[in-house]
Amino acid sequence: MKCSYACQSAEHAVARRQFLQGVAATAAGSVVGGLGLFANPAVSAALNNQQKRVVVFNMHGGLSQLESWDPKPGTDTGGPFRAIDTSVPGIKISELLPNIAKQMHHLCLVRGVNTKEDDHGKGAYLMTHGRRESPAADYPTLGAVCAKTLSSEDGGLPGHIIITPGGGGGRGNDSAYLGPKYSSIYLGNGNPPSHTVRPGKVTEPMDTVRNDFRRRVDQRFLNRRRTAVTDAYTYSYEQAIQLMKQREIFDVSKEPEKDHERYGKYDLGRHCLLARRLLEKGISFVQVSHSNYDTHNENFNFHIEQLGEFDRSFAAFVSDLASRGMLDSTLIVVLSEFGRTPNINLYYGRDHWSHAWSVVLAGSKIQRGIAYGKTNPRGTEVVDGQVDHANLFHTYLQASGVDSTDSFDIEGRDVPIADPASKMIKQILA
Amino acid sequence: MNAAPSAIPPGFDPKLAHVLTQYPTEFPVVSCRFDPKGRYVFCGMESSTIHRFSLADGKKVSFIGGHDSWVFSLAFSADGARFFSGGGDGQVTEWDTAADAPKPVRKIAAHQGWVRAMSVSSDGKILVTGGNDRAVRLWDVATGKPIRELSGHKNHVYSVSFHPNGKTLLSGDLLGAVNEWDLATGKLLGTFDAKALHTYEAGQAVDFGGVRGLCASSDGKLVAAGGLHKGTNPLGAVHEPLVLLFDAISRKQVKAQITEGITGGVIWRLCPVADGSVMGACGGSNGGLLFFWKADSEKPWHKFALPSLARDMDLHVDGLRVATAHHDKHVRITRLAAKAT
Repeated sequence: MKCSYACQSAEHAVARRQFLQGVAATAAGSVVGGLGLFANPAVSAALNNQQKRVVVFNMHGGLSQLESWDPKPGTDTGGPFRAIDTSVPGIKISELLPNIAKQMHHLCLVRGVNTKEDDHGKGAYLMTHGRRESPAADYPTLGAVCAKTLSSEDGGLPGHIIITPGGGGGRGNDSAYLGPKYSSIYLGNGNPPSHTVRPGKVTEPMDTVRNDFRRRVDQRFLNRRRTAVTDAYTYSYEQAIQLMKQREIFDVSKEPEKDHERYGKYDLGRHCLLARRLLEKGISFVQVSHSNYDTHNENFNFHIEQLGEFDRSFAAFVSDLASRGMLDSTLIVVLSEFGRTPNINLYYGRDHWSHAWSVVLAGSKIQRGIAYGKTNPRGTEVVDGQVDHANLFHTYLQASGVDSTDSFDIEGRDVPIADPASKMIKQILA
Repeated sequence: MNAAPSAIPPGFDPKLAHVLTQYPTEFPVVSCRFDPKGRYVFCGMESSTIHRFSLADGKKVSFIGGHDSWVFSLAFSADGARFFSGGGDGQVTEWDTAADAPKPVRKIAAHQGWVRAMSVSSDGKILVTGGNDRAVRLWDVATGKPIRELSGHKNHVYSVSFHPNGKTLLSGDLLGAVNEWDLATGKLLGTFDAKALHTYEAGQAVDFGGVRGLCASSDGKLVAAGGLHKGTNPLGAVHEPLVLLFDAISRKQVKAQITEGITGGVIWRLCPVADGSVMGACGGSNGGLLFFWKADSEKPWHKFALPSLARDMDLHVDGLRVATAHHDKHVRITRLAAKAT
């Protein structure tokens, strides 16, 4: 029995449920409306030239807005650091970011973020999913949505890469109903994807024969029993072959030595340079994580350390994207799970604070050189331009040319791409 | 800590220590020092303002306009007429110690980043500063002019201390290096290995700890470096206090002095006291404590619990009174002797 994706057969339904639980989800989604165009190879080829990309810098643990984007010097909450002028008159940021200050004309500071969630896990979920975590439903991450909506279907490369500060590689389980095709591939400490080197004992002809045999068996099976699961299974093998062929894309050592020097010869510098390389090679979504900002103790010492690295690497990254003409097509987001308390605790630390913090955007259709939203003089609450994770999620997508009010068609069911109860931040879109 | 105690003031007995008085401040206190004549206690706060309290009557005077950041360090001229404040703005500001309406006398752009530590030589001629730019700098106290820069630290300089021999200077950094410099030539004479005071926590990707307290014994035979160890969770304040004792000549570690039963804390400053002990001020999840160690023991022979977490400490010229800086917006004076009857 030949089975279409949306056949709703009992065996398909069971298989899909199992897949969601254990391995992955259906790859059945297409987007209602304009996004479905990506399924057409001719159209996607044309769009390739103007492909939008998204890069997220995840300041893991909760970057202090007061030591970065929204300083309050001279107040009891301001800490010891001063505010400095930037390339945009009237906008000041922390003195810990002198190189980024020179790139301010490319950036948009969103200073009125209130996400009302001070828990690490829940805060991270809502910032990367655009929705509050719920036991009733799982949603794809921004990376998975971008991979689905921004990647060409025939590119062969994964559309969703996460560069982690350490650890091994692997595959994320973060695409929910969009299917495993859009799940993240982790590059542990910026190393190429795991298991992408052919074992020495397997010669190329042997590998070719092996894959040909697998394809014949797959095809025979698919002719009778094609399901989302089998498609995902087939896709994972084909993508692995592509990754093996194009492994060099992930090799940041191919970048010029002078760029390594400019970005900084430490992990984050290398990861930012790798992000540039991946975006240039056409990968739609790249996330770089910088750890760790969860500074309950000695917040100021640790922000000197961490932001010293970030300032150099991120400024070089923004400058390069601008000079290479990539900023028009690449959205940059700097986010955390939350900010940090205005109150300075007895250990010179700051604790979790989601009620008034900052996110930074740049590129694509985001206005440049602006600060949107405002906190009060002590930084304890938002007094103008308050936004939350859902507003931001809509805005990321709208800035990247995706109609965030649209829906995915998941087996005939319309699933809103972003929280339908929320909307984009029009004021920061060009 | 020294084998030859200095003159012990009458009544000196840390086991009878008690808080003599406390002065409320506008902001949590970061640093504190007595002036050399013993008339005042000064404190830097989580503010650019410095407070001066008269020990005689508690009168407070604020020193405003010296900095654009917190004041992390304080040091006095030998005669006590002038003092210097070091700020997070990289400035060293000189003041008239006893002024009724104080204004900055001189400002020196001393470091890129925080001025974390300062001291004045016993002859009163040299001011030394250590900062986040990894530099140790010597300044002419009379003119404010630079004398020499001492380069060699690989990370932030946390502490400085003149050796009582009058010829050398000690400086400690975040990575646990204690450098000894020849004052006359600026030459690096050697390094005490205090790496046990530094932690690199790979999961959190942070350098943590450092030589926060640094002093030589009164007879110059020993050098003590204090800070923390067991930093299993630097971002969460999980660490224990530690003092390392070195032979001043061989620069070999002779003792690791611990604080048994104190599971959260850091030594912020060390001072030799009259009976030859080293006194350490500790702050952390165990609260504020003063510890007293003898050179021949790993464990403190006494500890005194302060009412609040301590962040800095200084010993009065009388050898009996101790000033401590507190997060709870107080500077406290503890007396290492019995209560007056």
